[in-house]
Amino acid sequence: MGSTRGEQQAQEAVKARWEHYAHGADIGVRGIGRSTAEAFEQAAVALAGVITDPSRVEAREEVMIKCEAPDPEVLLVDWLNALVYEMAVRRMILARFQVNIEGNQLHGRAWGEDTDVARHEPAVEVKGATYTDLFVGQNSSGAWVAQCVVDV
Amino acid sequence: MDTTLLSRLSDFEWRIEAHGKMRVPAILYASEELIRDMDNKVYEQIVNVATLPGIQKAAYAMPDAHWGYGFPIGGVAAFDPQEGGVVSAGGVGFDISCGVRTLLTGIKAAALTPLKQSLADALYHHIPAGVGSTGRLNLDDQQLDEMLLNGAQWALKLGYGREADLDRTEERGCMAGARSEAVSEFAKKRQRREMGTLGSGNHYLEVQHVVGIHDEAAARAFGLATDDIVVSIHCGSRGLGHQIGTDFLREMVLQAPHYGIDLPDRELACAPIESPLGETYLGAMRAAINCALANRQIITHLVRQAFADVIPEADLSVLYDVSHNTCKVEEHTVDGHLKRVFIHRKGATRAFGPGHPAIPEALRTIGQPVLIGGTMGTASYILVGMPESESRSFSSSCHGAGRQMSRHQATKHWRGRQLIDELAGRGIIIRSPSSRGVAEEAPGAYKDVTAVVEVAEKAGLSRRVARLEPLICIKG
Repeated sequence: MGSTRGEQQAQEAVKARWEHYAHGADIGVRGIGRSTAEAFEQAAVALAGVITDPSRVEAREEVMIKCEAPDPEVLLVDWLNALVYEMAVRRMILARFQVNIEGNQLHGRAWGEDTDVARHEPAVEVKGATYTDLFVGQNSSGAWVAQCVVDV
Repeated sequence: MDTTLLSRLSDFEWRIEAHGKMRVPAILYASEELIRDMDNKVYEQIVNVATLPGIQKAAYAMPDAHWGYGFPIGGVAAFDPQEGGVVSAGGVGFDISCGVRTLLTGIKAAALTPLKQSLADALYHHIPAGVGSTGRLNLDDQQLDEMLLNGAQWALKLGYGREADLDRTEERGCMAGARSEAVSEFAKKRQRREMGTLGSGNHYLEVQHVVGIHDEAAARAFGLATDDIVVSIHCGSRGLGHQIGTDFLREMVLQAPHYGIDLPDRELACAPIESPLGETYLGAMRAAINCALANRQIITHLVRQAFADVIPEADLSVLYDVSHNTCKVEEHTVDGHLKRVFIHRKGATRAFGPGHPAIPEALRTIGQPVLIGGTMGTASYILVGMPESESRSFSSSCHGAGRQMSRHQATKHWRGRQLIDELAGRGIIIRSPSSRGVAEEAPGAYKDVTAVVEVAEKAGLSRRVARLEPLICIKG
């Protein structure tokens, strides 16, 4: 189904961005964009933002990520958890992302660098992305939103 | 929480009658003040827990309960496999077997005072803390498997600690029924270099002094007296546990329809105890318990090294080690019958009363020590299980202060540097790689731990033995 001209205009006006929101003991990550893929990219920046200020992270190394899930929401959790895993085993912080989604599959590229405690002052490590407050879809202004709570 | 939704059974006990799909009622232990401050989500979540198959007697919320994932943090629920009971990855949480170990040091506060800065430096030097930190061990496949099967007993074989440490550790440091093959390669890889690390978030290592004794007899049995210096370690199963939580939460979410489980919330994901998925999770979760026990054992050794460098006359012995994120098989009385149940304690501490065979022999007539962590600026408490805790909450108590403010709000209220200076003014030394991490863990972001433990005592969950205050805090 194609979108109407009004929806297209609304989407063009969307500025890709990320934000955190409060959740009891932990923190919610939200990505907003013109497509699911862009919302996923921004949600990943929000994930990096839980650990440090993403602008402090240089894109020195690239990591490739593949995920597959039965629905877009589980795919978001898988994508974020894949990043949590890569950051943990590589001792890196990943803060720039490019995502392609085709059907149930996600191909992602992530850039970042080794954790540098003095420069990044990492606040907290993320234990995992959760199914709490999990949402992937369009908001009332037509922007794509990808969000969930992460456990820290 | 809206108290009109509850019936009040006593000053400290509130009940949600079984309604809708609830199979049992829910019981919340709290004062009026704590219950009013409790998030409405705790109501929603504890009601959801009460709908799960095979749940026994009631779903319980401890006085420090707050909004968690599926289960509230501070939630307790027991399931009977004979009645289709389930095991829930969300009911244990991501930080499997997170817990507290408290060490006695044999030294008094006055002896520490001139050496406090040096001890803080030595502890910070010896114990890896914070994001991306690694331990000195780099485990190969075989070592990992041995660790997952043998827990703290494995650590002891490598020279980390003494036999007597095991006597004071839950399960003598080794959780039976662990299955290393049930643990994914991802989880194992995440753990290779993380043994003996503290982690980040609310994990910490504190040097504390005993500032008050509430129960002389129990304190004596525990080896505690006013002005004693003790060390408390709060951490869990590190990356391994987090990855097991992640792996099985996904599996349980996707397989719930296959098992005919209608989940009111995906995060409640669970599987029948007697199912391939349930059994595999239990095997992996028990391996993560062993990982946490081994981790706290190695950190104990590192603490001893730090003390040896600075205060060689100190002799560190384990008072007790108890976890607060687990699912364990225990015998409990339900409707007058002794039953074998799978009890989930998520952000809740086991609190066996006097005489229970699982309590170390030397403490058995007194009761099980219940170790409650506060924040870096407030008190911590040592409590003891009471005979009543069995009928109240399947022998369970609170686990800490519980957050009252999100991390997000906390960073808006406090700056790490400023907090560190303020605490220094009160004689508390903080060592942390991250000033934002310190701000997120600001004491003011937590509930009043004293109010929480008072309620735990008045509600008959566990009795206060000693009050501790921090002198040094190593924060991840």
